[in-house]
Amino acid sequence: MNSLLSLKQIHTHIQQFHILQGVSLEIPVNQVTVLLGRNGAGKTTTLRTIMGLNKASSGSIYWDEEEITNLPTYEIAQKGIGYVPEDQGIFPLLTVEENMRIAIKDEKSKHTQENLEWILQTFSDLKRAWKKKGGNLSGGQKQMLSIARAFVNDNSLLLIDEPSKGLAPIMVQALIEAIHQIKEKTTVLLVEQNFYMASQVGNRFYILDDGKTIHQGNMQELIDDEHTKQKHLGIYKKNI
Amino acid sequence: MELIIILTLNGVATGMLIFLIAAGLSLIFGLMDVLNFAHGALSMWGAYFGIWIYKGLEQFWLHQNPNLLEASWYPWLSMLNFIIGIVAGIFIGSILGLLMEKLLIQPVYGNHIQQILITMGAMLILAEMVKLFWGSNLISAPVPALLDGAWEIGNIVLIKYRITIIAIGLAILTFLLWILHKTKIGLIVRAGVQNKEMVQALGINVKKVFTLVFMLGAGLAALGGVLMAPFMNQVYPTMGLEKQLAFIVVVIGGMGSVFGSAVAGVIVGITEAFMLYYVPDAALAVNFLLMALILLLRPSGLFGERG
Repeated sequence: MNSLLSLKQIHTHIQQFHILQGVSLEIPVNQVTVLLGRNGAGKTTTLRTIMGLNKASSGSIYWDEEEITNLPTYEIAQKGIGYVPEDQGIFPLLTVEENMRIAIKDEKSKHTQENLEWILQTFSDLKRAWKKKGGNLSGGQKQMLSIARAFVNDNSLLLIDEPSKGLAPIMVQALIEAIHQIKEKTTVLLVEQNFYMASQVGNRFYILDDGKTIHQGNMQELIDDEHTKQKHLGIYKKNI
Repeated sequence: MELIIILTLNGVATGMLIFLIAAGLSLIFGLMDVLNFAHGALSMWGAYFGIWIYKGLEQFWLHQNPNLLEASWYPWLSMLNFIIGIVAGIFIGSILGLLMEKLLIQPVYGNHIQQILITMGAMLILAEMVKLFWGSNLISAPVPALLDGAWEIGNIVLIKYRITIIAIGLAILTFLLWILHKTKIGLIVRAGVQNKEMVQALGINVKKVFTLVFMLGAGLAALGGVLMAPFMNQVYPTMGLEKQLAFIVVVIGGMGSVFGSAVAGVIVGITEAFMLYYVPDAALAVNFLLMALILLLRPSGLFGERG
């Protein structure tokens, strides 16, 4: 399997807390890998550590065989990694247009223009809210804007943190459709608590517990594995 | 009526000078979350260096031509000398800002207590260095000949230099608003004020932007200093330590808001002008009261978006 991103025994401390205690991941190209686990398992910290927003205390992160563990965040992003944080990271006082413009590396590039057109077609709500301030958008619109912003530059990998959090079911469905379209163009590492969404879009999964990777495999295997779902995710058949 | 117009114009001119110093302070705090107590000292360095160059050039030309003062074109030469002095002041302010940010501020990002201590230390060192280079005595700072005097419209006397300060202040305000709202770097600065981490996650080197903003802020403070010198007819070694008004203006206008700093600068300048005329002893106290009142009504300041 061809890995775009590899994490080897990553440990991360935040102040005195030892949050990641040996996370290892292989993110294959052109697939959606889902990171699952209970609250506090270290999923968000894993994404933040990949982005360099939290520094790994030990272990290595490789991007296409190049070590990026100690690079500053902006250089990691420049490699082609787009990040959609849990709180969406929208600039509330900038308009939707400005939120997009700040992300775009080359406004004149034909590819960027094509991506922008695709974004405005896929997330038509954003087109309608183009001149609105980011802070005045609905939760769903903010999520779309955050994903669109990470996608507009032809990034090779998108790290998306709990996009369905706090969204109405109809918006979750719209997100699932959007991620289906995105996964045709790029690789995705998705953190998700909503197992329905994870199972709809994921090709592969990792389960984190107490800052360690404890399970991995194909999503279909997990969907069929009631025992693992119950034990590590607290999901019972009727809950899905 | 004439008195009110004159006091208002004086107030606006003072307000514009305070704005030039406060705008940088506001941006530095808004974007970088840095409390820079040495900002006034940077302004003083701009004033001293700029006036030193300006007066040095005046003396150089006088030495070359002792009858220079009689020449019809002297006012223009004097103006050119002053402009070179302004550029030199901005240059030294920006360079000092660059050095301060790289050597002193970068290690203490995110720690306000350390920032206060280190920038207060820098303020004292910069003030002492001024004495070392230029002595402890007052140095006169004449208004350039072209801007000396006044225009009279009816009974209203418009002092040329003050009107020039207002024009420069408005031009700088327009320039800053243009940068902030019409350029990519301005977009990055505005976004950085709101969420630095996300700006970095979008592939932008925020550290570089921080350094640029610090230099810009220091350069503006220095510009304010050079312009203030002929306004007060002098420079003196404690002028950098008396810039509490800039802090009041930043708080009233709203942290990170350049337009807010301009509006607050004018409000504070006009208040000060009237108070100095009618109740001079209460001038500074009234500005502090004004700040307290605005903070009670609007904790984030007049144009601040953050609570």
